[in-house]
Amino acid sequence: MTVQNKGEPGSAKPYLQIDRLTKKFGNFVALDSVSLEVYEGEFICFLGPSGCGKTTFLRAIAGLDIQTSGTVMQDGADISALPPAERDFGIVFQSYALFPNLTAERNIAFGLENQKVGKSAIDKRVNELLELVGLPDQGPKYPAQLSGGQQQRIALARALATSPGLLLLDEPLSALDAKVRSHLRHEMKALQRRLGVTTVMVTHDQEEALTMADRIVVMNHGVIEQVGTPTQIYREPDTLFVADFIGAMNQVSGRVNSDDRITIGELSFKSRTHGLASDAPVVAAIRPEDIVPRDPRDESEAENSLEVEIDDMEFLGSFWRVSLKSSALGEASLMADLSINATRTLAAEVGSTIRVALPADRLWVFPPAGSL
Amino acid sequence: MTELADTAPAAPLIKPKTSKDDRIMVGFILVICLYLLITLAFPLYAMLSKSFSTYAFDLTNFEFQVNAGDGWSEPFSAAEQNDKIQKFKPKDLVTSSDGRLATTEFFPDFSFRSPTLYRLRQVRGDTSFLFGTERVDDTEWHEYSSNDFRRIVIRASGDTGLDNFRTYFSTPALFRSIENSLFISFLSTIITVSLAFGFAYALNRSTMRFKGLFKLVAMIPILVPSLLPGIALVYLFGNQGMIKGLLFGESIYGPIGIVIGSVFFTFPHALIIITTALAISDSRLYEAATALRASRWRTFWTVTIPGARYGLISAAFVVFNLVITDFGLPKVIGGQYNMLAVDIYKQVIGQQNFEMGAVVSVVLLIPALLAFGVDRYVQKKQVAQLSARSVPYVPKPHRQFDRICLAYCSLVAVFIVGLIAVCQYAALIKFWPYNLSLSLDNYNFEVMDGGGWDSYTNSIQLGLYTALIGTVVVFVGAYMVEKVNGFFTTRSAFQFLAMMPMAIPGMVLGLAYIFFFNNPDNPLNAIYGTLAIMVICTVTHFYTVSHLTAVTALKQMDREFEAVAASLKQPFQRLFARVTVPVCLPSILDISIYLFVNAMTTVSAVIFLYSPDTTLASVAVLNMDDAGDIAPAAAMGMMIFYTNVGARLIHQFVSRKLVRTTQAWRGG
Ligand SMILES: Nc1ncnc2c1ncn2[C@@H]1O[C@H](COP(=O)(O)OP(=O)(O)O)[C@@H](O)[C@H]1O
Ligand SMILES: [Mg+2]
Repeated sequence: MTVQNKGEPGSAKPYLQIDRLTKKFGNFVALDSVSLEVYEGEFICFLGPSGCGKTTFLRAIAGLDIQTSGTVMQDGADISALPPAERDFGIVFQSYALFPNLTAERNIAFGLENQKVGKSAIDKRVNELLELVGLPDQGPKYPAQLSGGQQQRIALARALATSPGLLLLDEPLSALDAKVRSHLRHEMKALQRRLGVTTVMVTHDQEEALTMADRIVVMNHGVIEQVGTPTQIYREPDTLFVADFIGAMNQVSGRVNSDDRITIGELSFKSRTHGLASDAPVVAAIRPEDIVPRDPRDESEAENSLEVEIDDMEFLGSFWRVSLKSSALGEASLMADLSINATRTLAAEVGSTIRVALPADRLWVFPPAGSL
Repeated sequence: MTELADTAPAAPLIKPKTSKDDRIMVGFILVICLYLLITLAFPLYAMLSKSFSTYAFDLTNFEFQVNAGDGWSEPFSAAEQNDKIQKFKPKDLVTSSDGRLATTEFFPDFSFRSPTLYRLRQVRGDTSFLFGTERVDDTEWHEYSSNDFRRIVIRASGDTGLDNFRTYFSTPALFRSIENSLFISFLSTIITVSLAFGFAYALNRSTMRFKGLFKLVAMIPILVPSLLPGIALVYLFGNQGMIKGLLFGESIYGPIGIVIGSVFFTFPHALIIITTALAISDSRLYEAATALRASRWRTFWTVTIPGARYGLISAAFVVFNLVITDFGLPKVIGGQYNMLAVDIYKQVIGQQNFEMGAVVSVVLLIPALLAFGVDRYVQKKQVAQLSARSVPYVPKPHRQFDRICLAYCSLVAVFIVGLIAVCQYAALIKFWPYNLSLSLDNYNFEVMDGGGWDSYTNSIQLGLYTALIGTVVVFVGAYMVEKVNGFFTTRSAFQFLAMMPMAIPGMVLGLAYIFFFNNPDNPLNAIYGTLAIMVICTVTHFYTVSHLTAVTALKQMDREFEAVAASLKQPFQRLFARVTVPVCLPSILDISIYLFVNAMTTVSAVIFLYSPDTTLASVAVLNMDDAGDIAPAAAMGMMIFYTNVGARLIHQFVSRKLVRTTQAWRGG
């Protein structure tokens, strides 16, 4: 994989430079030569399905499970072989790993004690941190007396106590229920922005990644599929995997016609330029919200438009998700998101026929999965 | 994109730098490894090599000349002379390392008053003889008067080989013990496991009353030496036994006594394992069985037994191992019925034949190792079964079933309490069966053979030191091996060493200690005969269970504590002291009480190691019983019992208090 830092802020300097990192467990390659640069103050998310190597990547950066090969530079220094204690990071685990026999404030103070810091200075810092994570009164409680969300924030405060240069978070929110989770998402993001601490978070939840990250690193099977801002990842997926993994995506198999044309069923479509060999089997992909319903009074033969029958309709509150079929497309069916307005003007209902267009710049073409 | 990766120069391999914490931890592991090597592996090796070392009188190497006043005869070897006088058969010449043979044996007409002169020399310098206490191993001729000549003994010379084993298997009196030991162990195992299963079943599946009491009573045998039931049986069924008639003329001294006593002392061990197995079996299966209208009986055979099968197998092997390696009980009640563990004792203490003791030890190791191996295998399976999350079974009242359970458990409880009560009674009466008045005379240990009250205080000391040192060594070792990063080989070696003691019978360990520590060339020789060697031996003897308890407790801690501490730049010692130890304190207390109780009751390992200054209560029970002072033996046995009860109560109290004061953070 090459480095694909499309979204780096131009002025910032790379704080973490990871070069061709490989981690093997016996013969199993959990990370396959991944490279990445993280900029100072950035919030990076590792996103991917379970087992794709996100935690392995994070632990290599922390020095908890040092990579087989490849280098990690932090703030200009090569830390590749250093044990965790000689690195500069704070970490929050999915389990939080709070010390059960110590109160919240003793947990937070754990990294401050024993460091030639006076007791009053420690107390001051602990209160500051409790304030920071919004739990000023919970200091004397034990972890077992705190809710999951509170525990998570104490763990965060403990990780931040020593003001580390790098904050590592391994699925910090996934043990919480949905409501607390979405609340904490924003809180954590705001906190990170305020402190400006470079942060790497592992998650398998795309919504979490899309809402929190400055840049997302999409991973699959031990390799990086794409690195980019949430919008880039969503709007311009580099690979079929990314397209499929993030958001909803219609996938239809077809064949290459020319550099920017493909055939699906009996129809030919203009697509984004793809550079694949002529006649190669491909997967065409388009997001449901990118399918445009056409005004039925407009009789012109516009490009990429076709007649489809509504197979099914599902009301999702702010829009309708309709399932579309067309004999010309063969077996394939398409999902399209139609606004409530559009369904009304089109008088769309199950069984009725409408015209839709697949905008060429929204029609992605990828080699089919499994063929590289 | 992949092409790029292929053509790019290979990324550098990383050799992780070990952290200071890891280096310290591995240092600790190595120290404890060394401890286990010295206290376990080396002694066992010494014992093994002893079993292969043979001793015989090499007659060809000794030559005589005789001068009866008419000049020196031609030299003739002892072997030639033996052929001539047909004195010793080849098997008579096989002996132990301490074997001695008087040279006068070769001269049937020898008289120390005669004026005859003798000369003796050795052809090669690899043998020796003693003149009084003076050792001669040169190849010179030595001349002696007949009065001096009678003070000469030939020493045996050593070799290695299978001769000891050959001797063992050609001596019916010895190898018959294998059969006996296997028979007794099988029988006791079947009875104990059946009884314990019934008991566990009643506790787990019925709603009978007094469950707590039954659980307590069932644990009593753990608190006494295994030979105590033997003493009770003597009082009940011995030659002057209270209810001797119940045996219909059979003798309690022998298999009957050993089996009854074995069932008594192994019962709690089997019960603990089977209770655990039953407790984890899934209630959903029972609901399914009820839904299918399966009868109680059918449910029992199709759900209960298969669910508990690993527990049953595991319990069977544990019981088998306990019985076959036990020494105290067959010593007390075995009579003429020979068992392997007692043979070791007889060979070593009775006949001073250390090589044969080592041979019997090796023989005893085989079934013990097998049982151990199977048990470990089964335990692993059960853990796998456990991890599938199950819903605990909650029994519903069923009058008749509950009544049967209550009756059954009461019967077992009467058996256990009964034997203990008989011992207490025996300890308190003046002179069974002639003077039944009560007195404390039997507690006047000073006038008995066995070390007096000193042996009791020695035992307490042994218990406390073992608990203290053992707990520290075991817990620290378990922590290091669980938490250190990397060092795979060292960790595996340590784990292997920590599991080994479970497979080593106490008698074997004790004998191995003689061979290793009583060797004058061993710099650790100084601890031989002290309390220290018994503490070391006991810690090692009971290492495995303690280690597993510690490991289980440590595994329940969050795996990432060390990672968090490292990220906060805190050394592991600080985490260990502030978090690990406080959180694991209940388990640490469990380990220490386990070590204390076992140190109080153990006989097998320490029987070879005590000296007149370090006699122990458990050994005193054995020795007093051996000397015929059965009532004082019972009294001392009861002292051990009460001490252990006291220790248990203290343990309970401290644990309760601990749980109460830490309830806030334990989330209870
Ligand atoms: N210590 C280990 N030994 C062997 N395999 C491991 C180890 N840790 C992780 N793996 C494997 O590496 C892969 C990636 O794991 P991980 O990084 O934990 O995935 P995730 O993306 O869910 O965090 C998985 O297939 C996992 O089974
Ligand atoms: Mg993970």
